[in-house]
Amino acid sequence: MPEIGFDLLLASALLWIAWRALTSPDVFKAVVLFITFGLLMALAWVRLGAPDIALAEAAIGGGITGALLLDAAGQLATTDAAPPRGRTLLAATLALLVALLLGAAVLQIPDAPARLGPAVSAALPESGVTQPVTAVLLNFRGYDTWLELGVLLLAVLALLALRGTSHLQDVRPLTADPLLGGLASVLVPLMVLAGGYLLWLGTHAAGGAFQAGAMLAGAGVLLRLAGHRTVEQASSRLLQVAIVCGFAAFLLTALILLASGYALLEYPAGRARTLIVLIETAAAVSIGCTLATLVTGATPPGAGAR
Amino acid sequence: MNAIDALTLVLLIAGSGFFFAGTVGILRFPDLFSRLHALTKADNLGLGCIVAGLMLQAQTPAAALKLFLIWLLALVASAGACYLIASDARRRQDPPAVPTEVSGDA
Amino acid sequence: MTVYLLLAVGLFALGLFALIAHPNLLRKVIALNVMGGAVFLMLAAIAAGDRQRSPDPVPHAMVLTGIVVAVSVTAFALALVRRLHAETGSACLPEADEQ
Repeated sequence: MPEIGFDLLLASALLWIAWRALTSPDVFKAVVLFITFGLLMALAWVRLGAPDIALAEAAIGGGITGALLLDAAGQLATTDAAPPRGRTLLAATLALLVALLLGAAVLQIPDAPARLGPAVSAALPESGVTQPVTAVLLNFRGYDTWLELGVLLLAVLALLALRGTSHLQDVRPLTADPLLGGLASVLVPLMVLAGGYLLWLGTHAAGGAFQAGAMLAGAGVLLRLAGHRTVEQASSRLLQVAIVCGFAAFLLTALILLASGYALLEYPAGRARTLIVLIETAAAVSIGCTLATLVTGATPPGAGAR
Repeated sequence: MNAIDALTLVLLIAGSGFFFAGTVGILRFPDLFSRLHALTKADNLGLGCIVAGLMLQAQTPAAALKLFLIWLLALVASAGACYLIASDARRRQDPPAVPTEVSGDA
Repeated sequence: MTVYLLLAVGLFALGLFALIAHPNLLRKVIALNVMGGAVFLMLAAIAAGDRQRSPDPVPHAMVLTGIVVAVSVTAFALALVRRLHAETGSACLPEADEQ
């Protein structure tokens, strides 16, 4: 069976890359290896039949987290200390113990565990979309997505609090390469288009708000790195509205539905698709602006030139 | 296996070969600039072969066009990234391992 | 599916080892991300089942939510690390036996 061979190859590659990323002596190399790990994980998601997770992992896990870590690794001087001898031994024993216990527990999982798949498929026609993951995210478990947008909001607020200024725009002076500017002017419109396409795709295929948001975040980061004029000139108020609009869309919908006599986030029959599309668009814009702010606004102003 | 499948197989294997050669280049070349050279040239050619092989298998012309677009965008992105890395290294005065000036009596 | 379940266990253990062993906070953040990825892998592997039918979409939705939350936590953690570095000049937590 050739598929099991590929699975074993992928699994050993993932374990080896993770080991190298976690124990590499140079922090910069560790971060780059971690980005590679994220991309290999995207392959694992595809093998497990989860293309939307693969899209999100490649964009958010590999791209956004990688950019955050690279930025941090560049800013922090290499204050790397070797772990004390006893600590390494303790960590190794603990990790081995956890691995053995977890492995034994995992091997006892029944081959056909209790599944919600049939329940979701049965309720799918009423949900307004034909892709089950989008239906779960935006309709059946919309409450979780709402709170997750709240978590993103909290992260931006925490970032502002730690940075010590109340301005969202990063005030780092940038020496932008003209090639980067040209690249940005070609790629950013394409990325916005691709983000819109992913958003529309989410109703009937793998895609949706998170993937579209990640694409928009990439466009935002590229604009910022290219030192494009629009980013400086965009008002702080507009950025604040964009960051909040996802959470606000859910809140408004919930309040209006409650006031009309429905349960919390219970979409009325026939209106579900419209509501889902509206909320998803607001969520994608929100996720894009939030992630872009988290990546580009991370450095306190005046903390070292590049 | 008809002709189109055979051609796809040949193109996929050729693409993997180019990727392998590029990886060997990254691991074995002495300095940053030659490694960038191996990375962008060999990997983009390998990606082109793989995309060409997959385009033959595409169900609709639109899907084939999207695959071609992926290759174009990867070209643009990797060329831009290669230039940025090289210019940054140049700025930091990383001397190339092989002299870039051609001597008069070469 | 068993391959991916065991892979998830292995990645989780590796991440746990790096989390405890390294004093550098940036490496701890990387280790936390690896552990998070391992948990998501386990969820998706359970959702895939025996590959006879299409995978369960509810754990997939949970993993998508989890990925976004993980990136928010990473951004916050890195902001904390930067602030610590700006205040104390080091990106490692002070050891218990130092003053």
